[in-house]
Amino acid sequence: MTYILKPQLHHPSLPTNSLGYTRRDYEGSVSTLCAGCGHDSISSAIIQACFELELPPHRVAKLSGIGCSSKTPDYFLGASHGFNTVHGRMPSVLTGANLANRELIYLGVSGDGDSASIGLGQFAHAIRRGVNMLYIVENNGVYGLTKGQFSATSDKGSKSKRGVVNHDAGIDMVSLALQMGATFVGRSFSGDKAQLVPLIKAGLAHKGAAFIDCISPCVQFNNHPGSTKSFDYVREHNEVVNRLDVITPRDPIHVDYKPGETVRVQQHDGSVLSLHKLNELYNPNSRAQALGYLQARQARGQIVTGLLFVDPEAGDLHDAVGTVDTPLNQLSEAELVPGQAALDRINASLR
Amino acid sequence: MPESVTAGGQASGGKPRINDFVVKFANVNGSGSASANGLFARSVMRMGVPVAARNIFPSNIQGLPTWYEVRITEAGYLGRRGGVDLMVAMNPQTWDRDLAEIESGGFLLYDSTKPIPPSRFRDDITVIGVPLTAMCNEAYELPRERQLFKNTIYVGALAALLGIDLAAIESLLTDDFAGKDRLIKANVEALHMGHGYVRERLAPLPLQVRPANGVGDRIYVEGNQAAALGAVYGGATVCAWYPITPSTSLAEAFTSYCQDLRTDPETGKGRCAIIQAEDEIASIGMVVGAGWNGCRAFTATSGPGVSLMTEFIGLSYFAEIPAVIFDVQRGGPSTGMPTRTQQADLLAAAYAGHGDTKHPMLLPADPGECFEMGAQAFDLADRLQTTVFVMLDLDIGMNEWLTEPFRWDDTRRLDRGKVMTAEQLEAGADFGRYKDVDGDGIPYRTYPGTHPTKGGYFTRGTSRNPYARYSEEGAVYVDNMERLLRKFETAKALVPAPVIRPAKGKTREGVIYFGSTTPAMHEALEMLEAQGRRLNALRVRAFPFADEVFDFIAQHDRVYLIEQNRDAQLRTLVMTEGDVDPAKLVSILHYDGTPITARFIAGAIAQRMQVGQIEAAE
Ligand SMILES: Cc1ncc(C[n+]2csc(CCOP(=O)(O)OP(=O)(O)O)c2C)c(N)n1
Ligand code: SF4
Ligand SMILES: [Mg+2]
Repeated sequence: MTYILKPQLHHPSLPTNSLGYTRRDYEGSVSTLCAGCGHDSISSAIIQACFELELPPHRVAKLSGIGCSSKTPDYFLGASHGFNTVHGRMPSVLTGANLANRELIYLGVSGDGDSASIGLGQFAHAIRRGVNMLYIVENNGVYGLTKGQFSATSDKGSKSKRGVVNHDAGIDMVSLALQMGATFVGRSFSGDKAQLVPLIKAGLAHKGAAFIDCISPCVQFNNHPGSTKSFDYVREHNEVVNRLDVITPRDPIHVDYKPGETVRVQQHDGSVLSLHKLNELYNPNSRAQALGYLQARQARGQIVTGLLFVDPEAGDLHDAVGTVDTPLNQLSEAELVPGQAALDRINASLR
Repeated sequence: MPESVTAGGQASGGKPRINDFVVKFANVNGSGSASANGLFARSVMRMGVPVAARNIFPSNIQGLPTWYEVRITEAGYLGRRGGVDLMVAMNPQTWDRDLAEIESGGFLLYDSTKPIPPSRFRDDITVIGVPLTAMCNEAYELPRERQLFKNTIYVGALAALLGIDLAAIESLLTDDFAGKDRLIKANVEALHMGHGYVRERLAPLPLQVRPANGVGDRIYVEGNQAAALGAVYGGATVCAWYPITPSTSLAEAFTSYCQDLRTDPETGKGRCAIIQAEDEIASIGMVVGAGWNGCRAFTATSGPGVSLMTEFIGLSYFAEIPAVIFDVQRGGPSTGMPTRTQQADLLAAAYAGHGDTKHPMLLPADPGECFEMGAQAFDLADRLQTTVFVMLDLDIGMNEWLTEPFRWDDTRRLDRGKVMTAEQLEAGADFGRYKDVDGDGIPYRTYPGTHPTKGGYFTRGTSRNPYARYSEEGAVYVDNMERLLRKFETAKALVPAPVIRPAKGKTREGVIYFGSTTPAMHEALEMLEAQGRRLNALRVRAFPFADEVFDFIAQHDRVYLIEQNRDAQLRTLVMTEGDVDPAKLVSILHYDGTPITARFIAGAIAQRMQVGQIEAAE
C-alpha cells in the first residue's frame, strides 16, 4: 500500500472560517477504506464539524486503536498530530496524553471491536475518569479489518454474511457509557450527516467525557439482510429523539423551531446546544430516564439516536486530580526539580 | 509470675562479640512488631554502628509468620550474612524452625509466660525467658495495648541484654511521635519496663553494641522511596500505576513526595498527575500517551505487570516514545513468590515485546543509585525516545538500606532530547520524524500542537518511512530497523558505565555481578581474598553492555556470573549481545527468594575455583 498525499491546491473561491482555514485544511490523506464504508462518512462529518467550530487543526490530537475505523484519523485533520495506538488501548493513551497537556482537544476514534471487545475495560475506565475528550465508536457490529467476524456489539440473533447466527448478547455502548458516568452521550448514524455533524461539534465543545456511538455500516461484511447494522435496517429502525443545533459564542442566535419544542443548554465553553425535541417525552438531562427509555426501545428493536444525555456542568479528570492550570508538559525545570536544599532536608529526616 | 530465666544450656563463654552479630525477630504478621523492630535497628545506628536489616514477610495482611533480620556490622557489611546469633522468638507457629536457625553457641529470647517443655529447646544455645505476656497483662487493660507494648517491652529487654543506649531509643521515639506526647510517654514506660526487668535479673549477653563511628552521614532508606524521589528530581510529572508487591511503595512514595515538593504554593494544585489505573496495560498506555505528548512519565510494577505491558513496550520501541518503567523484581514465574526477592526479569525486560526489540535497563545496587538512576532514566528515555527500565528488586526496594546521602547538582539540567520547536519549524527546518539527521540513530520529534502547519505527523506502530508515512516496502522497513540498532549502539555510551574493582594482585579469574548482590559480593571478595583467592570484579550497571564488559571477559580465563535467578539470565544477555566464549562463563545462582549472602557466594566460588589458580596467579 502506498501513501497518497492529497493535492493541497486551494480554490480561491473556497469559503474560509474566521481563522482563515478552508474546509480542505481539515482534510487528511486519501482514505484507503472500501468505497461506501460508513467510516468515511464519519470522517467527513468530523472535517465539517471542526471547520464549522473553527478549531485550529493543530490544537486537536486524534487518537485511535486498531481497525478500519481506527485508520480513519489519517484521513482527516492532516495537520494534527495523530496516534494510531494498539488494539483496544487507545483510551489509556488518550488519558495519558490529556494529562500531559490539558489545553489540546482530544478526539478518540475507535471501532466496536476495538472498544467493546478487546478494549471494553479501557473504554469503561476512561469514561468513568471523566477524561476531557470526544470518543467516537464507529460501530458496524463486525471486525472489518480482520474480515467480518462478529464483534461484541453484534445483536443477539443477527446474522453474519455467511448466515451464522450470533448467540451472544450485544453490548450497547450508549447504555454502558451512561452507566460509567459519561457526561455527554449521543448516538447517530453515518448515513445522517445532518444529525451527526452538530453532535460532533457539541461533543468536541463539551468539557468531560463525551461519547458518540455512531452506527457505521460495513459494506463489505455487514450490510446484508439479517444484519442489524446494515443501512436498510438502521434506516427502518432509527428513532430520532431530537435534532441539535450548536450555537458557538460567535454565532448569531436564531431560532428555527417554535418555542416549547426547543431546549437550550449552555456548555462550559459558552456554546449553546439548541435541542429540538422530536419526541416530547425524551429528556436529555436525566441519566436514569435515558437508560430506561433506551432499554424500552431496544426491546422493541428500535435504535434511538440523537443527543441522549448531557450534563453541561461536568468536570473532568484534571479537576479530580487537582493538576495545575499550566499544562504539565510546559512546566519549567524550576517548577519540577526541587534542588539540593530540599534534599538536605530529606537526608536529615532519614538519619 | 513464671520463672524469668531458663538457662537452657551452656552459655557461650569467651570474649564478647562487639558490633558484629545477627539478631532475628520471628513475629506474627499484623501484630505491630514492624515498628518496634525498626526502632531496634535504628537505635543501633544512632550509636554509630551500621546495620543491614531485612524484612522477610508473607503475602498476607494478618496472621502468617514474618521475620525481621538485623545484621549489626561495624565493618559495614550490608549484605545478608546468613545464620542467627540471637533469635527473638515471638511466634509459636515457627518455634522449631526459628530455633534450628540459631548458630551453635547462640542465644534465644522468648516469652516465658507459658511454660515450654525442655524438649523443645536446644542444649547448645543460651535461653533467656522474659514473661512478656504476663507483664503486659499486668500493666495494660486494652487487648491492643497489650499486643503493641509487648513489642516495645522486648526492645527494652534487648537494650539491656545488648548494651544499647536507652537514650538513643528514647530520642528516636521522640522524633517518630513528635507532637504525640502521650504516645511517647507510654512507649518510654514500656521500654523501661523491659529494660528494668532484665537489668535486675540478668547479666548482659556476650553480644554487645558499643558506640562507634561507622555510620557517618549516611542515610537509611528504602530503594523504592529513593527511586520515587529520583523520579521527582528527574522531572517526572505523570505516574500511572497498578498496585503490586513489591513496587507499590514506590508509587506511594512518589505521591507523598509530590505533595511535599510539587504542590503549587499559590493554588495548592499539583504539578503532577498520579493515576491508579485499572491494570498494568492501562498504566503503561497512559505513560506512553503522556510521553508522546511531551511529559516525563513512568510506571512502577513487578514481573506480572511487565508481562502485561509488553505490547505497549514494543510500541514505545517502534514508534519511539519515551517511557520509564521501574520493575521491582520479585520471585517468578507467574505469581511466584510475591514477597520474596529475585533478579529474574532481566530477559523479560530487555527483550519485552514481539518482533525484534530491545530496551535499555539500569541496574541500581543500593538506594543511593535508585535515586540517581531514577532521575537519569528520564533523561535517557527522552534522549533515546524509548522505554528505559530501572530494575530494582524486593531486597533493595522494600528494605531500608544504609546508603550515601542523596546529592543533586543544582547546575544539572534535564536533557529533553531532540525536540523540534515551533521556531525551528518556522525557520524551515526539514522535519522527518524518523530521519537519522545526526547519524546516531536518534530522530527529532515534535510535541503535538507545536505549529499550525508544520511538524504534525501520524504516530503508529506500523512500518513507516523517515517522514512517518505508512510503508511496507522491505527496504524502508530494514532501514528503519537498522537505525533502531544504531540508536541502541548510541545508548551504550549514555547509560551508566560498569564499575571495576581490581583484585589486590594478579589473577586470571574474574567475577561479574549487579544490583542487590553488590554488598554480599564485596564481602565475599574479602573472604576469598583472605583465603588467597583473588578475583577481579566488575559490576554491571546497565544494559546495553559497555565494551568494558566484553573486554573484561576477554581478559580473564574464567568469569563467574553471580545472579539471583535460576536460568542465568545475565549470562544469556552477555552471550547474546557480545562475542563471548560461553565456556568461560561460570554461573553462580541463588534463587530461593532470600537475598544472596556473602557466605554463599564465597563458598560457591571457592568450590569452583581452579586448582592451582592461586599459585598460577602469583
Ligand atoms: C492484540 C491484537 N489482536 C488482534 C488484532 C487484529 N485485529 C486488528 S483490527 C481487529 C478488529 C477491529 O474491529 P473494529 O474495532 O470493530 O474495527 P473495524 O475494522 O470494524 O472498523 C482485530 C481483531 C490486533 N491488531 N491486535
Ligand atoms: S471492511 Fe468494512 S469497515 Fe473495513 S473499510 Fe471495508 S467496509 Fe469499511
Ligand atoms: Mg467494527
